[in-house]
Amino acid sequence: MTWSEMQPLLEQACQETLIMVGWSTLIAVVAGLPIGVLLVLTDKGGLLQNTVVNKVIGQIVNIGRSMPFIILMVALMSFTRWITGTTIGSEAAIVPLAIGGIPFFARLVETAVREVDGGLVEAVQSMGGNTWTIVRKVLVPEALPSLIASTTTTIIALIGYSAMAGTVGGGGLGDLAVRYGYQRFETGLMWITVAILAVVISVIQFIGDYAARALHRRGGRSGPGPKLRLLKAKEPDAQAAPSGATVTDVSKVA
Amino acid sequence: MITTSGLTKVYRSRGREVTALDGVDLHVREGEVYGVIGQSGAGKSSLIRCVNLLERPTSGTVTVAGQDLTALAGRGPRAGRELRQARSRIGMVFQHFNLLSSRTVRDNVELPLEILGVSGKERTRKALELLDLVGLADKAGSYPAQLSGGQKQRVGIARALAGDPKVLLSDEATSALDPETTRSILQLLRDLNRQLGLTVLLITHEMDVVKSICDSAALMEKGRIVESGTVSELLATPGSELAAALFPVGGEATGDERTVVDVTFHGEAATRPVISQLSRTYNIDISILGAAIDTVGGLQVGRMRIELPGRYEDNVVPIGFLREQGLQIDVVGPARSALVKEGAQ
Ligand SMILES: Nc1ncnc2c1ncn2[C@@H]1O[C@H](COP(=O)(O)OP(=O)(O)OP(=O)(O)O)[C@@H](O)[C@H]1O
Ligand SMILES: [Mg+2]
Repeated sequence: MTWSEMQPLLEQACQETLIMVGWSTLIAVVAGLPIGVLLVLTDKGGLLQNTVVNKVIGQIVNIGRSMPFIILMVALMSFTRWITGTTIGSEAAIVPLAIGGIPFFARLVETAVREVDGGLVEAVQSMGGNTWTIVRKVLVPEALPSLIASTTTTIIALIGYSAMAGTVGGGGLGDLAVRYGYQRFETGLMWITVAILAVVISVIQFIGDYAARALHRRGGRSGPGPKLRLLKAKEPDAQAAPSGATVTDVSKVA
Repeated sequence: MITTSGLTKVYRSRGREVTALDGVDLHVREGEVYGVIGQSGAGKSSLIRCVNLLERPTSGTVTVAGQDLTALAGRGPRAGRELRQARSRIGMVFQHFNLLSSRTVRDNVELPLEILGVSGKERTRKALELLDLVGLADKAGSYPAQLSGGQKQRVGIARALAGDPKVLLSDEATSALDPETTRSILQLLRDLNRQLGLTVLLITHEMDVVKSICDSAALMEKGRIVESGTVSELLATPGSELAAALFPVGGEATGDERTVVDVTFHGEAATRPVISQLSRTYNIDISILGAAIDTVGGLQVGRMRIELPGRYEDNVVPIGFLREQGLQIDVVGPARSALVKEGAQ
């Protein structure tokens, strides 16, 4: 297979992966964030303490988290058809990906929000802030570095899931590797696909880590920030922390 | 300005009950700086958190600026609108500052104004004005992580003042700071108290804090207020632990057959040569174990620890003489409270 033959295949596969992962991440973040926050708020001692709601949501999230993705995909078949009118193609794959991503992200959000210092919540309460104010002005902004790291983790997990979704007609890079590499022994194309995936995942991880670290450093919280896993960058010491201007640039990237 | 009556707080956790407040009656007058002191676990934080109802009292009432907050609380665990409005008129400063690390100094000070629904321009103006007041005008754009502890607490104070409160609550605001910074923060609180007529209720475990800025003080033990009053009232109360701790004089008895007496001078008694009169009249040798003159709550007070030969029974007459002179006399027993020893160090 020549490069000119491979190129359109790769281009299309990349596009399909992008669509599947992009949309499902967006949905997972938008839906998972409130669920994760709600898990913290309704927990014992939380601002909206409600054991029943907490247990019910927690249980649903647990089931969603522990379900093998391939089974979730099959189980959601009729739901997917109801939403998109079909069960094959990238659009159809978005549904199970998003449904799988929501509880995944929600748990990460829960952990991140739980880390926020209770003293800050108390401070805003003492100013007369209500629960909504506390969520908007304290819990989410203060957990932001962790939330960005959680989003990175979710994107990468969804790229993994999307390879599986691809095999049942979703297309994308994973599907390409299986169809050509596994079934037609086009090992060249398969390795290129693998390389592309590796690069994409590394870049996403790098950007996510960088953004989380930059925000974290601005916050100057105690304890180490999320580690850069790919780049063995020299740890800048506290004095060499970037100035306000650098930080703003980074948060724009994020 | 702040009145609590019969305030009780019982924490229940897994069947265990802890009575943190046991019928506290506190009365803080308008415009004064009131210090509550006590050992760890005495219930000081519980008390101050009950004042703005961050902690729901088990029973009793809290009245701030004539408004019964306990009546506003409602039954559920969440604070209703009226209570939240009342809270916005009570400033609070915390031991660990509790500044949002995601916001700049200025945005931290603007936060209470955002909650009050003040418009953007007005917020900025007010925040800069407050930062100027606490001496941090140049740090408006910094993040809390870039500030020292003292500077963070100044931001905390500016933030607490943003809603134009009449009352400021401070729970160990200086406990995380070094002595020099503590002094400057206390000075700031004192100035704000004078300039703005702010009523300040502060919790501390350091006698120095009470000594340097409080008009009144209360001593808490095991959830109860065991002594309270203005500083001069306390100093004039015989046997007052707070007074002794506020104004400690050192010195231990040199032997068994001795009587140790603390003599407190204030007012015109301070100008008379009573000790030499005592010595001449009763022909006894008096040794001075320790003495100090200090300003406590804006009052010049002298205190002297003297030792008389013989047991207490032998010295009833000379001690009576000292009392007749209008001096305040405390006979130092062998068992002094831990608080006094702590204060004396
Ligand atoms: N949320 C809580 N749940 C259970 N018990 C509590 C709670 N908060 C405080 N207590 C208990 O109430 C008592 C009084 O605590 P409080 O924090 O008011 O003491 P404090 O005087 O402020 O002490 P410190 O000087 O150490 O801050 C303590 O015995 C403490 O263990
Ligand atoms: Mg305390």
